[in-house]
Amino acid sequence: MPAVSKGDGMRGLAVFISDIRNCKSKEAEIKRINKELANIRSKFKGDKALDGYSKKKYVCKLLFIFLLGHDIDFGHMEAVNLLSSNKYTEKQIGYLFISVLVNSNSELIRLINNAIKNDLSSRNPTFMCLALHCIANVGSREMAEAFAGEIPRILVAGDTMDSVKQSAALCLLRLYKTSPDLVLMGEWTSRVVHLLNDQHMGVVTAAISLITCLSQKNPDEFKTCVSLAVSRLSRIVSSASTDLQDYTYYFVPAPWLSCKLLRLLQCYPPPEDGAVKGRLVECLETILNKAQEPPKSKKVQHSNAKNAILFEAISLIIHYDSEPNLLVRACNQLGQFLQHRETNLRYLALESMCTLASSEFSHEAVKTHIETVINALKTERDVSVRQRAADLLYAMCDRSNAKQIVAEMLSYLETADYSIREEMVLKVAILAEKYAVDYSWYVDTILNLIRIAGDYVSEEVWYRVIQIVINRDDVQGYAAKTVFEALQAPACHENMVKVGGYILGEFGNLIAGDPRSSPLVQFNLLHSKFHLCSVPTRALLLSAYIKFINLFPETKSTIQEVLRSDSQIRNSDVELQQRAVEYLKLSSIASTDVLATVLEEMPPFPERESSILAKLKKKKGPGAVSVNELEEGKREGGELNGGGERGGDSSSTPSPSADLLGLRAGPPVTAAAPSAGSLLVDVFSEAGVNDDGFLSEFSRFVCKNNGVLFENQLLQIGIKSEYRQNLGRMYLFYGNKTSVQFVTFTTTLNVQAKPVEPLIEGGAQVQQVINIECLTDFSDAPLLNIKFRYGGALQNLTLKLPVTINKFFQPTEMASHDFFQRWKQLSLPQQEAQKIFKANHAMDTEVLKAKLLGLGMALLENVDPNPENFVCAGVIQTKAQQVGSLLRLEPNAQAQMYRLTVRSSKDTVSKRLCELLAEQF
Amino acid sequence: MQFMLLFSRQGKLRLQKWYVPLSDKEKKKITRELVQTVLARKPKMCSFLEWRDLKIVYKRYASLYFCCAIEDQDNELITLEIIHRYVELLDKYFGSVCELDIIFNFEKAYFILDEFLLGGEAQETSKKNVLKAIEQADLLQEVRHMCFLKICRISVLTQ
Repeated sequence: MPAVSKGDGMRGLAVFISDIRNCKSKEAEIKRINKELANIRSKFKGDKALDGYSKKKYVCKLLFIFLLGHDIDFGHMEAVNLLSSNKYTEKQIGYLFISVLVNSNSELIRLINNAIKNDLSSRNPTFMCLALHCIANVGSREMAEAFAGEIPRILVAGDTMDSVKQSAALCLLRLYKTSPDLVLMGEWTSRVVHLLNDQHMGVVTAAISLITCLSQKNPDEFKTCVSLAVSRLSRIVSSASTDLQDYTYYFVPAPWLSCKLLRLLQCYPPPEDGAVKGRLVECLETILNKAQEPPKSKKVQHSNAKNAILFEAISLIIHYDSEPNLLVRACNQLGQFLQHRETNLRYLALESMCTLASSEFSHEAVKTHIETVINALKTERDVSVRQRAADLLYAMCDRSNAKQIVAEMLSYLETADYSIREEMVLKVAILAEKYAVDYSWYVDTILNLIRIAGDYVSEEVWYRVIQIVINRDDVQGYAAKTVFEALQAPACHENMVKVGGYILGEFGNLIAGDPRSSPLVQFNLLHSKFHLCSVPTRALLLSAYIKFINLFPETKSTIQEVLRSDSQIRNSDVELQQRAVEYLKLSSIASTDVLATVLEEMPPFPERESSILAKLKKKKGPGAVSVNELEEGKREGGELNGGGERGGDSSSTPSPSADLLGLRAGPPVTAAAPSAGSLLVDVFSEAGVNDDGFLSEFSRFVCKNNGVLFENQLLQIGIKSEYRQNLGRMYLFYGNKTSVQFVTFTTTLNVQAKPVEPLIEGGAQVQQVINIECLTDFSDAPLLNIKFRYGGALQNLTLKLPVTINKFFQPTEMASHDFFQRWKQLSLPQQEAQKIFKANHAMDTEVLKAKLLGLGMALLENVDPNPENFVCAGVIQTKAQQVGSLLRLEPNAQAQMYRLTVRSSKDTVSKRLCELLAEQF
Repeated sequence: MQFMLLFSRQGKLRLQKWYVPLSDKEKKKITRELVQTVLARKPKMCSFLEWRDLKIVYKRYASLYFCCAIEDQDNELITLEIIHRYVELLDKYFGSVCELDIIFNFEKAYFILDEFLLGGEAQETSKKNVLKAIEQADLLQEVRHMCFLKICRISVLTQ
């Protein structure tokens, strides 16, 4: 096109833009703009009616001013007037202004919608397109209300021009994204799907974006698109580079459409029809083959377009995860890209390989590239590429290569960018624990982590190493030796002092035989760090000192002297002062026996699997307790009607500090556990023994409604729930324990739930509310699936929501006489369920009472002739019916056994209640 | 695609197109943050980066940066070529385009973009068809020739 009539002659506008560009300072610019605004205002307000051209010019100037970043509070009306102009350029400027500066002024919206309506019905394709562009650009709910019904008709009408069809398709897509409830395809569905067959490539290109979005939401209605997409793709892939004329881009036929077709297919499982599947596999093979052919052009555009299709094809292959041959070929192709001279390709190959690593078919193939990836981690100059390499190493790690990968990641940490250190530390810690065969390697790794990147080692990591050392006597001596050596460094990280203090306090005796690490040497070493540490670490060290007095009586006088010094016993910090005073007193008045009892070695922490392994198990099936349940209870899907809604505000509240320790199985006990009996318990009270450490998370919630449902190093999920009659409401709190965002955070309930906030900032918490209605009695709890991305890695976990039938109990008070009368009424054999089982916990009457009350039934006093027994009554409220239930629990303190009997009007309820309760006592 | 930004090496925003509803305040914040991030990157670095929960794809043409934000499942390379096709369209329309063309004819730059991308998706990828639509529009207007002298016409395409 000749470079003549550029701009349509708005001379005044060009002059104004030149003026702005010539302004020497921000002030001058503002002055010039204010002058212009005053001028335009006076023109708009003036008595003389403006002609269309002037109006257009001034509206355009306002637009320019707005785009410079200044506020515009007038001119909307004039822009709306332009919409009804018959001159195309005036209309065009009017629409542009409206698209950029939408105002929710309802008066104006009505006028705008009116103008759009006129243009849509004008049958002038250029006007129709302008109107559709405006709707697509604004995409407001008001516009959806006004036009969502009309546009599908335009889209499929036989006499609509191609260009209008294209705009209509994408316009509808935008409206569907903002107001899905208003865009109903219904009768148009099949005709929209058939746009994939349209002769005009542009129409297909536009329509397929709409079809993809609709397919994601309603896969069944749109599933006919699969075979159409495959045949369209097949035609493009097999066409010569010139066949498609202007849709060929640098010798690549229709790259955009190809990518979109491959993307659409990713909404569906592999085609069931053998012929369609065969054709598709052929396409994918052709695409892989083409990657090996010599390029038809040296231009980067050619290779980019070609590789865009290739990567999209690989995504589809990974999505299907069913063709080992294709998966391995994809992996080899990506392997070639890992060493490509184009940084972009290396980046994408690393990213794509990360997903390949999780497929069982290609995991081994990915592993063969380990050296290249390690090299990338070391030599890539771009931090985002290095990040990808680190993600891939993490994804390809297994038992066979864990030591190598962990070592490489550790050495990379020394020079790693600050932005990714915390994530790296977490990854190393997770891998070290997950694949530790020999625990001295694990201890070395974590201590190295602290040495290299101490600031980025979160509490969870060093708590965990202590837990593991305490629980494994084979590694204790080694750990003591290693921390002792690590502490020799003149400047060592405070986290190292904490670990060192704790471990030497417990196991210093194991290395005390060596004169180089005699008790006094150990103590002096620890104490030399004391003054550089923060208060919590000093408190920990003081506890280590008193432990020393017990382990090594010869250090007593030295340590007492330290405790007695003014800087301890009169410390301004109350915690330190108290410890100094108490420890000093304890060491001087207690006999050796008492001291030995009080300062006994910490008992092992309740053994529990790594949070990640736990996650993997949960992925495979419901929690440990429920294995029997699954076999016994028959599946009765859909008894529970859960409609989730997102919490009104997802305010960012930092997770409470009491929940810092992510490794314990459940919420902490408030009182120190009596068995521990040690003064040291306060240092690690969070890590103390749980009163019901044997219960799984799920069964923990049978008798209570609030607490922590799940916790690992990344995520904490808390629950608050309330029930009334057959209704319940559950609040789920998802807390991000890291300082990195979780993105694309989604939760799905096997019943149904609305989305939760897709992004959780580091340290923040979001809330989700689930409304529950109990329709009839049930055995299986609903499953909640949670997916999110942390760093590069996709996290996936499935949890049983603690919704159990007893939540819908209404307590019923009744007298002794009534109770036994009803008991007798429920005498059919199937109405009764009974279990005799061993006590798992101390048989404390008050605890039992509290649990039974938590169950939701009324605890009836003075009913059972034997005062040791407990009886309860309640009615379960479901939508379908009410189920009266009676319960009797007979403890036998001598045998440490219970007999539990439940009778209710429905056999399944009796059985289920009995199962649930038997785990509680 | 969620949005597209064009800005100069000096950080001046030349064109902004948002395909998701955001407040003016958010738009300004995002723009500031991204301009800073992208300008800080070195020439040989890769054209993609993770930003919040989006992927940023950018490319520099002479003095101008073209920067797109796409979603997790979107294709980076094809987005890079979307940018290139847009540059080609501008180049063809203005006849070797430069930053000044986009400044003085910003409305045209928006019109061309709307013909090419709508709602963040490719609407028409044929160069011929897009330009035909724009030309038709130009024919409909009363042509007033403007004597505006272009001082430094440095083609954007000749890097």
